[in-house]
Amino acid sequence: MTGLFPHAQPIAGLVGGLLIGIAAAMMLLGLGRIAGVSGLAARAVGLSAAGAPRSIALAFTLGLPLGALLATHITDVTPGRFPALVLLIAGGLLVGFGTRLGSGCTSGHGVCGLSRLSPRSIVATMLFMASGFATVAIMRQASAL
Amino acid sequence: MKRAAIAIASGALFGAGLTISGMTDPARVRSFLDLTGQWDPTLAFVMGGAMLPMALAWLIQGRIAQPLGDTGFNLPETRKLDWKLALGAGLFGVGWGLGGLCPGPAIASLSLAPMSVAPFLIAMLGGMALHRFTTR
Repeated sequence: MTGLFPHAQPIAGLVGGLLIGIAAAMMLLGLGRIAGVSGLAARAVGLSAAGAPRSIALAFTLGLPLGALLATHITDVTPGRFPALVLLIAGGLLVGFGTRLGSGCTSGHGVCGLSRLSPRSIVATMLFMASGFATVAIMRQASAL
Repeated sequence: MKRAAIAIASGALFGAGLTISGMTDPARVRSFLDLTGQWDPTLAFVMGGAMLPMALAWLIQGRIAQPLGDTGFNLPETRKLDWKLALGAGLFGVGWGLGGLCPGPAIASLSLAPMSVAPFLIAMLGGMALHRFTTR
């Protein structure tokens, strides 16, 4: 594996993924809700008319950076390598608008919806993966990477 | 109070999982999307790992009348495949490829690299506001 994909971290990925799945299971079996980050974050900041109670949305959203901070005390975390400012801004705008229009992101559609075999989430996940692959391929062609 | 405690615990576990799996590094996420470059399959392991507990959770959900900490389930029941879903997912994918960030890792990064992630988060809130006030 490491010979073929020198940068892959399958164990860290699997362990982190399991934690994400357990977290989403806590929301489902504990509160009866989907752990969809885009929806909960929009709700937390008052940019969504419907959804979870504000207190739940706010608590979940605040938990994300809190858990990230805790993780840095448990394990070595590689510092994030961020792209150019213009890409961050354009990316942020599209992610914000797109996830609201499409009713979900990698967590709601990807993790929760796929595991539920929701047809909407299967379609959404295939589409955002395909357009993500296409976007990076075009950037590579244009030598933006 | 109990509900907020469950939510913050779930959020924290979620954020820790994103961080441990390396998903808070935009370059790693983009390497997954970069099929013709130095492809990094780590994200596939993250998705696979997350799928296991959730598949089990859905099986349990079908057998219990209500969640442990609330009075009922509030789950999306829409089954319609419409243009909003398709266009929204398509645009999200473009933004994901450009920035290497989706909402979870972006928010989790607030405690890891606040200055670096701030432009993305501000723009993301702008995009959400744009949706809130332009579509109905």
